[in-house]
Amino acid sequence: MQVPETFDYERATSVDDALALLAKHGDEARLIAGGHSLLPMMKLRLAVPEVLIDINDIAGLDHIRIEGDEIAIGAMVRHAALKDSALLFEHYQVFRDAESVIADPLVRNRGTIGGSFCQADPAEDLSAVGSALRGSCVITSVEGTRTVPMRDFHQGPYETAVADGEMLTEVRFPIRPGSGSAYEKVERRIGDWAVAAVGAFVQLDGDVVSDVGLGLSAVRAPHYTIPEAEEALRGKPATRENFEVAAQLCHDLCDPTSDQRGPSDYKRHLARELTLRALTRSAARARGEDS
Amino acid sequence: MQVTMTVNGDAVTREIEPRMLLVHFVRDELGLTGTHWGCDTSNCGTCTLWIDGEPVKSCTTLAVMAGGHEVRTVEDLADGANLSPLQQGFMEEHGLQCGFCTPGMMMTAQALLDKQPDPDEATIREAICGNLCRCTGYENIVKAVRWAAEHPAGADSEVSA
Amino acid sequence: MTATDVPVSAEGNPIGFGRMLRKEDARFLRGRGKYVDDVQLKGMLHGAILRSPFAHARIVSIDTSAAEAHPKVKAVVTGAVLETLNLAWMPTLSQDTQSVLVTDKVRFQGQEVAFVVAEDHYSARDALDLIEVEYEQLPAVYDAKKALDADAPAIRDDLDRPDAPHPNHIYDWEAGNKEHTEEVFANAEVVVTQEMLYPRVHPAPMETCGSVADMDPVSGKLTIWTTTQAPHAHRTLYALVAGLPEHKIQVISPDIGGGFGNKVGIYPGYVCSIVGSILTGKPVKWVEDRSENLMSTSFARDYHMTGAIAATRDGKIQGLKVDVLADHGAFNGVAQPTKYPAGFFHIFTGSYDYDAAHCNVKAVYTNKAPGGVAYACSFRVTEAVYLVERMVDCLAQELGMDPAELRMKNLLQPEQFPYTTPTGWEYDSGDYPRALNKAMEIAGYDALRTEQAEMRRAYEAGESQNLMGIGISFFTEGVGAGPKKHMDILGLGMADGCELRIHPTGKGVIRLSVQSQGQGHETTFAQIVAQELGIPPEDIDVVHGDTDNTPFGLGTYGSRSTPVSGAAAAVVSRRVRDKARIIAAAALECSPDDLEWEPGRWFVKGDPDRGQTIQEIAMAAHGSLELPEGVEGHLDATAVYDPPELTYPFGAYICVTDVDAGTGQVKVRRFIAVDDCGPRINPMIVDGQIHGGLADGIGMALMELIAFDSNGTNLGGSFMDYLLPTAMECPSYELGETVTPSPHHPLGVKGVGESATVGSPAAVVNSVLDAIQIRAADMPLTPAVVWRAMQGSPLRNDLAIE
Repeated sequence: MQVPETFDYERATSVDDALALLAKHGDEARLIAGGHSLLPMMKLRLAVPEVLIDINDIAGLDHIRIEGDEIAIGAMVRHAALKDSALLFEHYQVFRDAESVIADPLVRNRGTIGGSFCQADPAEDLSAVGSALRGSCVITSVEGTRTVPMRDFHQGPYETAVADGEMLTEVRFPIRPGSGSAYEKVERRIGDWAVAAVGAFVQLDGDVVSDVGLGLSAVRAPHYTIPEAEEALRGKPATRENFEVAAQLCHDLCDPTSDQRGPSDYKRHLARELTLRALTRSAARARGEDS
Repeated sequence: MQVTMTVNGDAVTREIEPRMLLVHFVRDELGLTGTHWGCDTSNCGTCTLWIDGEPVKSCTTLAVMAGGHEVRTVEDLADGANLSPLQQGFMEEHGLQCGFCTPGMMMTAQALLDKQPDPDEATIREAICGNLCRCTGYENIVKAVRWAAEHPAGADSEVSA
Repeated sequence: MTATDVPVSAEGNPIGFGRMLRKEDARFLRGRGKYVDDVQLKGMLHGAILRSPFAHARIVSIDTSAAEAHPKVKAVVTGAVLETLNLAWMPTLSQDTQSVLVTDKVRFQGQEVAFVVAEDHYSARDALDLIEVEYEQLPAVYDAKKALDADAPAIRDDLDRPDAPHPNHIYDWEAGNKEHTEEVFANAEVVVTQEMLYPRVHPAPMETCGSVADMDPVSGKLTIWTTTQAPHAHRTLYALVAGLPEHKIQVISPDIGGGFGNKVGIYPGYVCSIVGSILTGKPVKWVEDRSENLMSTSFARDYHMTGAIAATRDGKIQGLKVDVLADHGAFNGVAQPTKYPAGFFHIFTGSYDYDAAHCNVKAVYTNKAPGGVAYACSFRVTEAVYLVERMVDCLAQELGMDPAELRMKNLLQPEQFPYTTPTGWEYDSGDYPRALNKAMEIAGYDALRTEQAEMRRAYEAGESQNLMGIGISFFTEGVGAGPKKHMDILGLGMADGCELRIHPTGKGVIRLSVQSQGQGHETTFAQIVAQELGIPPEDIDVVHGDTDNTPFGLGTYGSRSTPVSGAAAAVVSRRVRDKARIIAAAALECSPDDLEWEPGRWFVKGDPDRGQTIQEIAMAAHGSLELPEGVEGHLDATAVYDPPELTYPFGAYICVTDVDAGTGQVKVRRFIAVDDCGPRINPMIVDGQIHGGLADGIGMALMELIAFDSNGTNLGGSFMDYLLPTAMECPSYELGETVTPSPHHPLGVKGVGESATVGSPAAVVNSVLDAIQIRAADMPLTPAVVWRAMQGSPLRNDLAIE
């Protein structure tokens, strides 16, 4: 069995504690939450941190609650809790859609939203959801907190706005009355990374799309999105023809590479097809027509 | 470093390297070899055990991370000589062949039954989709879990539909 | 719980054939199975293998000094060390040689370069990083179709083969009647030709391969606990390879976490653990990780096939021919009977009645891992069935005929058995139309076709993106190798020994040469004894997997356990019964001829109250009763069963799929399987074997694949890349059975372990292609492959997607 290299282990009991440990150990330290991305990389010795700071025992980062006109989700909320949350489901069905196809139930018992966001895998699902919903990330350091728009949080594959000495502590999403959301993913098998996937929300004002968000995974859309497609749809009637225009823009403006999950032309096709489906389903849900 | 946790109800303390995986801790330090491992990438679920009542993959968990927590393994399912209803279900429905995935599969299935005592086939299939089996094609595993749901007190009990 | 036509024991088990819960479950359910990695010995050390990151590279230098300096490292073994022991190379199971640790150059990615022995597993792994190897990279042969190009690099420059047409050419082998076949094709009304790939896949049992070697420096005895499906063959091979005396080798195959052919061969790691133990004087454990398993141990298939089928316009098949390009990897390490270089592939004529058939198999070396016969393939019957069942569907499409109707028109008829095929196989028995009819009945075939037509109409009208497919596969397998006059592995004839001993109190122990990897031998073989002797199966202990305590035999693969060792078990039981008759006659003071058998008891004809139970006879056999001249005491027997012929299980499978034409995603909706494996010893176990094989078929047809990029890099080297089906991709199977006993097997049974793996892939593929109305696309039918096939630009699945 593959095993990691040696490292020192620290357990943080509070955010302050974690930040102090980060400050103490500098860039040789890594935070570990669920560990389901980090530990496999450590076993392959692609990641060789000198210190692991375990943040699983930090209390107060596992909330899903409404704060003002936003939903606030603690960074340590596990995938399983995101899937099961009635509050989240009430406002954004996209979470349950996505969480049903992320890894498997066992991994979802350990993996966290913060871990997923910080891993920033270009084929990751929650990051696409986050980008679609244009949420924001709360990043904490010894100096205090700063809030970064989701689309600035992810700066490239495996790159985020979290600097040394900082940690992601919360993710926030605006509540959008009259909206519906959905996630569409094609995978080779349940639990596999996406061949391509699209998350969306559609907010309707009568028949008109008052606001829309699109998040695309695994098709090399910068910041997991294609804003031109959103722009093309915003303020337009929620018709299949208009959805197709947006879907076509996703097809044209994404930049997928070929790999064993599929050739780039297929992924491009999926960017269109899944955008169309995600928008259609989101709109239907906004109208209360589709669960 | 020193780690202390509860395993199958007993407090255990060992001096280990921080990098030791939990699956190696239960197998090599405690001799609980019922928990197996089958991959390195948290795909197969053969290493499934419980931490604080939740089934997790112990090949992707450090033993030190389980420090202070409660671990439960397959060895704790039977009550002495008596098999649990789920174990009986696996036997009655031929839910195992080579037996290698079985401990992990049962730990996942038992957690499902604890939360949802009467799961339908689709729910069972979804719950065990992180546990791979090469022998059974899953058919009889699903039936085994259903058997346990229908016999909550084991062989002598049956819930009428 | 049990069959109604056999007596039931005090514990509720059938005293004979019937559904019986498994004996082995008691330990597995409690986590008390004992697999190789569960073996812990005092002072045991741990081994780890350094593997090449390159597919083809010359070794310039290896520096092990830093690894040797690691405080917990006890030994570092390289090819140079092995050369001094004459162990750097070992024979394969196909008259080739294979590197144990590299001495000259690596020939596939993941090949074994060095072996570290350390105090613990973690330190052994750490020390691998301390070994410095300088490689000189060479261009890799990654595409079998280019292996014989004039400029293709020579892979096996270690071999001296001046007569080989190309250094990468292994053999050309043919079967069938070529001239007649050409004539039939020249005159045929319809000929359909189709290229297809049965891609490289891997058995991937949940337990990887490993060994614990313990060489006792005092007694000179080597004990090796290892994942082997063939413990006796391994012992003999270790004796031949390592020069160790065979009586000083004990191979123990404990509980095995699935085999599927992956655990037939001897791998370098096993040999290294032995060498490690010899060098350190301590037991050495080596267990591969999942990537090592997928990248270096026996793969399966990798057959590029071009088939052609000839028929009349009204659908009478007249002939089938096929050219195969077989990718064997860097060493010819296929595990199959010596005289059959392409295994039993020439059973490709399938289940149909025609007299013209010919195949040519051209085998080549590539810079890929060796292997080729594994994954429940019945010695390449999988490839054969896939070929013929795909070709029949291609023909049906060409003729515009329903594939069920076309099959029904051409299936062999019951009165034609025993039937000799145009390539020389003698099918023992069968009623093929009955099996296909039954499958169609369970499926509700006509209603499915109606539903399919409606879905296609809606699709073509733009109302829906959903299509539905119905795929049929009809297979005939040949299993249960030998006879030994035709079939051997490295000169070892494929016959199985068996010993049965009945203790004084009437309990017994049966010792087998075969070894279960989950098939439930501890239960099934006790049931065979129960059937023949009337002893409750719980009173029979089954011993297997330990060469010191079992008779010689070739092992469990090729679905041979029940056909060969099952027959041996029946034969020893009957010998015990015959001996019991003589003893009973002595006890009853009558002639053996006056006695009649009923289950568990000999009694005097016409006087049923006067008799002796087998338990009474057992006690008498060990007691003071005076036995007739020439009859020794005790109640036991031995046998070596040399099968007169193969047995031929068959079946009809129907797979129903739903295809999302917008994304190419496939969902298996239903899978109907009607199997005929003769009488079923334990129907519960038989059904379980079929379930597993159907999942294999879904896996291979839809997701399992090992492809290579242009560097020869393995693209299926972990469970993130080599996808196995989960409970979500598998439907609830619908099984049916017919029973046609084998006329030459003592129990009439035919073997079933590989039937569904052999028969199912073609059903899935035929179903998907039926849905999208495309003639051909290769496995695995991932969403991308399906979509590309629909675009008319199919992917080549053995190469990297670019």
